[in-house]
Order: sequence, then structure tokens, then C-alpha cells
Amino acid sequence: MPENTAIAGATEVEGHHEHPPYQRHHFETMGQQNDATNFAMWLFLLTEIMFFGGLFTAYLIYRNWYYPAFVQGSHQLSIFWGTLNTAVLITSSFTMAMGVWCAEMRKKSALVLCLVLTFVLGLVFLGIKSIEYHEKWEKHHVPGLRYNLDSFLNPASDHEVYQEYHDKPLPLDMARHTELYFFLYFAMTGMHALHMIIGIGILTFMIIQAQRGAYTTGHVTFVENFGLYWHFVDIIWIFLFPLLYLISRHAN
Amino acid sequence: MSDTIVVLPDQATARLPKTNYLNKENGLLSWLLTGDHKRIAILYLISITFFFFIGGALASLIRLELLTPQSDLMATDTYNKVFSMHGIIMIFFFLVPSVPATIGNFFIPMMLGAKDLALPKINLLSWYLYMAAGTLAIYSMIVGGVDTGWTFTTPLSTHYVNTHVITTGLAVFIAGFSSIFTGLNFIVTIHKMRAPGMTWFRMPLFVWSHYAASILMVLGTPVLAIALVLIVLERTIGIGVFDPTKGGDPLLFQHLFWFYSHPAVYIMILPGMGVISEVISTFSRKRVFGYTAVAFSSVAIAVFGFFVWAHHMFIMGISNYAVLVFSLLTMLVAVPSAIKIFNWAFTLYKGSVTFETPMLYAFGFMGLFTIGGLTGVFLGTAGTDIHLTETYFIVAHFHFVMVGGMLMAFLSGIHFYWPKMTGRMYPEKISQLAAVVTFIGFNFTFFPQFILGTLGMPRRYASYPPEFQVLNVFSTAGASILGVGYLLPVLYLTWSLKYGAIAGNNPWQATGLEWQTQSPPLTENFTEIPIVDHEAYDYEWLERQKEKEVASA
Repeated sequence: MPENTAIAGATEVEGHHEHPPYQRHHFETMGQQNDATNFAMWLFLLTEIMFFGGLFTAYLIYRNWYYPAFVQGSHQLSIFWGTLNTAVLITSSFTMAMGVWCAEMRKKSALVLCLVLTFVLGLVFLGIKSIEYHEKWEKHHVPGLRYNLDSFLNPASDHEVYQEYHDKPLPLDMARHTELYFFLYFAMTGMHALHMIIGIGILTFMIIQAQRGAYTTGHVTFVENFGLYWHFVDIIWIFLFPLLYLISRHAN
Repeated sequence: MSDTIVVLPDQATARLPKTNYLNKENGLLSWLLTGDHKRIAILYLISITFFFFIGGALASLIRLELLTPQSDLMATDTYNKVFSMHGIIMIFFFLVPSVPATIGNFFIPMMLGAKDLALPKINLLSWYLYMAAGTLAIYSMIVGGVDTGWTFTTPLSTHYVNTHVITTGLAVFIAGFSSIFTGLNFIVTIHKMRAPGMTWFRMPLFVWSHYAASILMVLGTPVLAIALVLIVLERTIGIGVFDPTKGGDPLLFQHLFWFYSHPAVYIMILPGMGVISEVISTFSRKRVFGYTAVAFSSVAIAVFGFFVWAHHMFIMGISNYAVLVFSLLTMLVAVPSAIKIFNWAFTLYKGSVTFETPMLYAFGFMGLFTIGGLTGVFLGTAGTDIHLTETYFIVAHFHFVMVGGMLMAFLSGIHFYWPKMTGRMYPEKISQLAAVVTFIGFNFTFFPQFILGTLGMPRRYASYPPEFQVLNVFSTAGASILGVGYLLPVLYLTWSLKYGAIAGNNPWQATGLEWQTQSPPLTENFTEIPIVDHEAYDYEWLERQKEKEVASA
């Protein structure tokens, strides 16, 4: 590595003006710049893991303590919407990966198409998520704001869920802990959705830039790093989906 | 001390360079929109000094209140707010950014032979986040303050107090991101921006200790961030995650908070240790003894630092087995810290030691940090901890480490690097006086608190039994001396900006790449990227360089 930069340093002395316009002045070579920004992105994702880590820890502890409440809480989530959303998100990751490839291959219109598709799929995900949130709101399952224990004290009153799972009524003490489950559900999916919204914001900017041909000149670091971010947000969901929707769902 | 290395031929003929990073561009905007790591370091230096004096003013209020046993200067709940804000400002707005954001920001790229940090815009963003957070903290102090202690302990912070927990919490949250970005920038720079020939084991130990501290910033701070978000949510919509009546667990907050805040202690001290390595080596004219051991001890402190957090919770109802394990792990951290102290001592051995101001502060650091560290072992021992925790013993312990250790290291570093940062020397005699005054004032202030703690005086109360008054008067008197010790540098360093002697390129004859440039440096640091062919602290290499220069001249 040092040898490479030494050679690059020598060429730099000869002709400073030969740099591509997107090379920042303090880097010796484009390679170094790309390495550094990529590495920074990975580190940033590491801090994100630690950030979500706090919530995952909370989930782990409370799930262990209030297992029945967490099982019945998860019965309130819709497998259909959850699976559909997972599919949407994975597809969006695919279009994003294709976008990076298009940028590398300098295919401008294909890149714009991929970014627009990713953008749309991101919106679809948020749309489905808001349908789910709305359902919780109507059933009074939003912790702190409108919380109602009926579905857990008297599961038969909640026809749709009851038909499928035949939940036994929870004792009052345990039923109240479903609120913690729903808090964690909202906190984790909400934090995830916030990351999606930020991502969609950046995508908007990128689509405009891509149309101007910004990423198809050989300098793809920005697209690449955004791709890393998008996949990361995707992976968080890949963990959230089983934890919140799937595991122990049929444990009764 | 007539033949100190301050008076070298290089200085007599020295002139201030015509262009440097300070005068390359002019105007306020050229500072506020700068990407130059050196200018951002100066911005940070000014802002953390401001926050230090706010925190210091709050500290003087605390000491004045404790002059008498009754709570007479202020109401007890005002006292709670004063010590809480003192802690929050000193920790999040002074100690955490102190050395890394100023000296580290300025010198890490120069030590590595780079033109700038890897991400200059992120670096500037980090300063703006810091300023936004600081403004929010000052705002919440003015509108009424917060009285939870700096730890935001639940359920006190979520259920029992009605002060400005939310705004202060958000301020710390934002300050956390400033710190994450600084750490991230350092790690990327150290990995990717080293000059040709600058291998990992040729890096100055200052860079190693910042690398270790950066790992802690990057991995620890997000956990604090999420813990604070949960506090804010708990207060605003009552989510119950820390609320026992809803099945939540206040201890979970303790775990999340200390998972950051114990490593934060090492975020604060490790960069200081880096400064001490540079200073001790330079003023003993010797390579740091056991370079590799000192480098790895920094990393070891960072790694162990993540596995000791529960020693803050021995009396909070964690299991006995957890106490046992965390007590043992806590003892382990003492090992790499001791490696450092011993290696610095061995560096002094048979060195040509001189006693310029940075060295005096460094000696202060070694002595006070050793006492602070060893009393940390007392507190890590579960049996004594139960007796000593929440007393003044713990207050004295962390002030020995943070003020006696980190602040001494910060002042040592500021004096050491002042010639390079400004191009001018500070006045030597008065600064030596300031170093001695600080040391004496510090011991007067905090040593009595060890005794008070063992006698059983609890912390965080505005009043105390009259038999403790003598020692408290000692402590307050010491604090006034300490205050003088901190005011002096501000005065003479400001004075030296205009009237100080011209420093020349390398007033200390130090070996680092940063000293082989002009003072103050160029915006791009080096006229051409250096190629490194020698180890760190190689004084013979420096001699050969000088001979070469004489020969070519």
C-alpha cells in the first residue's frame, strides 16, 4: 500500500492539474479517496448497529421476562403485510444493487431507472407500514397514547385474531406488559422507518444528480456508499421481521 | 536551567512564515466554512475553553455552597441543578472533546504526513453539532436547568423530577453525534491517510491513543444516544421501558448508560495519555520505553473498557456473580494503565530530562493519575465500593483522573503545541508558575475529599454535618488556588499571540513530522508529502537531518 501511494505522490508532483474534478485536494489518488470514503461508510454503519443494538437488548430482556405477552402481542401483527413488505424491501435492495452496477457501467438512463424504482419501492414499504400502524391505532394498540388491553384480557372479543390463534386470556399483570411489546414494535420499526425516510430523501437528491450525469463519469463512490446504507437498512428489517412477527408465533 | 532546549540557534533567527493556515484566507466566513482541520481545531479550542469556564463557574458555586455546613448560598434544589449542569458541561462539552477535537484534530493529519483529515466536511459538521448541542445545553440551563445529576438516572429523570431533562438530554444526544463523527474521522484517517513509509508501528503514540479512543467513541456513543432517546420518549409519551409499574426496568437504563459512560472515561483519558507520551519523550530526549507495549496498552484499555461498565452498579441490585465478574474485569484495566505509567517512568530513567512547562504538567499528570487510578482499584473492589460509593471518595477519585489527569494532560499539550499552532512561544517562567499553582491547588481541593469520603460524607448534598467543615474549607480554599491556576494560562497565552517570542519550526527539537514543518503550518501542512524512513522518537535521525541541513547550507 505505501509503495502505491509513494508512486502516486510522485506523479502528483509532476502534474497537479491532471486530477479528475471530483478528487478532493487532500487525497493523493482517487483510489485512496474511494477507500477512505467506503471505509468511513462501513464505520458509520457500525455505529448504526450499536444504535439499534440498544433496542435489540431491550427486546431480548423483556421478551425473556414477559414471554406470553410478547407471543400474544405478535399475534396482532399481520403476517401478510409483513411478508409483503419484506419482499418489497428485498426487491428494492436488488434494484439498488443494479443501480450501483449501472453507475459502474456508465449506463445513465438505466441508473436513473434503478434509482427511481428503489425510490418507489421505498415509498411502497412506508405505505404498507403506515397501513399497519393505522390498524394499531384503530385497535388502540399504540402505547402511551391510546392503549387498550381488551384484545389480551378477552381475546375472544378480537374476532379475527381469535379465530386464527385461539389465545387464552392473559392475567391482567401480564396483559399490561403487551404495551412494552408494542412500544418496542413501534420504536424499532419507527427507527427503521426513519432511516428509510432519510434514505428516500437522499434518493431524491441522487435521482436529480443522476439525470445530470453525475454518477456515470466513473466516479461512483456516492452511489456505492448509499447502496451500503440502503442494504444496511434492509438488513435491520431482516432481523426485525422474524423478531417481531414470526418467532414463537404458534407457541401456545 | 540555562541550557534548556528552548534557546536553540534555530529560534534566534526565526521569522514568522509569510503564508500559513491562519492568514491564507481572511474573514469570518473563511473560518466558519473552512474544511481545514487546523482551523476547525482552533474553533474547537475557543469553544471548549468557553464551556470549560462555564463549568468552572458552576464548580466555584458548588465549592462556595460547601464552605459552610448549612445550605445557605442557594436552595437545595438549585444546588442539585448546579452540580448536575457542572457535570454535564464538563463531561460532554469539555472533557470528551478536549484533547481529540483540538490537539488531535490539529496534529493527527500532520503526524501521519497527510494534508487533512479524511473527511473535512464531516469534521466541520462535527463542530457545528457541538455548537448546536452546547447552545441547547446553555439554553436549558438558563430556562431552569436539570437536576438529575449528569447520569440522567431513571426513574428519577423519567418520573420524579420536572426540570428540563428533555432539552438537556437532546443536547447530549447531539453532542454525542459530534463525538461519533470526530472518532470516525480519526479512524478513517489513521487507516487510509498515512504517508508513504508511515507504518502502524512508526506512528507516534499520540496517534495510537487517539485510535483507541476513537474506537470507543464510534462504538459506545450510539448506545448513549439510544438510551437518551428512550428517556425522552419515556417522559413525553410514557412508553414504560424504564417504568417498573409498566413492567419496565430502570436498571436497563443503567446498563445502556454505563455501557457508553464507562468507556467515555477512557475516551476522556486516552488522548491525554497520548499527549503525555509525546511530552515525556521530547523532554527526556529518549524514545518512549517499550513503544509497542504502550501502543497496545491503549488498545487494551479500549477493549477492557467495554467490559467493566457494571462496576457503577454494584449497589443497584445486580447479581452477586455479576459483581464478582465485573470487579475482576475492573482490576484488569489497571494493568494497561500501569504499563503506561511504568514505561513513562522508564523513559525518564537516564534521559536528559528538562523541566519546561509541558513537562511539569506531565509530571503532574503522572502523579495525580496514579493516585486516581489506584483509588479506582479500591472502588472496583466490591467490598470497599459498597462502603465508599456515593461518598466524596468517588468524587475525589474521578476528579483525580479527570482533572488531575486529563486537564493536566490537556494543558501540557496546549503548552507543548502552542508554538506550532500559533508560531509563538508562551512565556516560560509564568507558565511554569501556573503549572505549579495548578498542582498545589488541585491537591488542596481534592485530597481532603478522599478523607471526607472515607469518613462517610455523601456526595450530592448541599448541607453536611458540622464536623466535616474543616476539610471542606480546605477544599474550597484549594479550589480558589486552582481557579487562579486555570486563569493564568488564558491570560498569558492570549498575551503571547501578539507578544510571544517567535517559535521557529521546531522549538523543542522533537522528532514528529508535525515539527518538521513551518510554524504555524501551511494550509496543506507539507510542501510535499513526506516519505517516512525512520521510527517514531528517533532523535538520532533528527540529528542527522540537522547535519544534512547545515551541510547543504
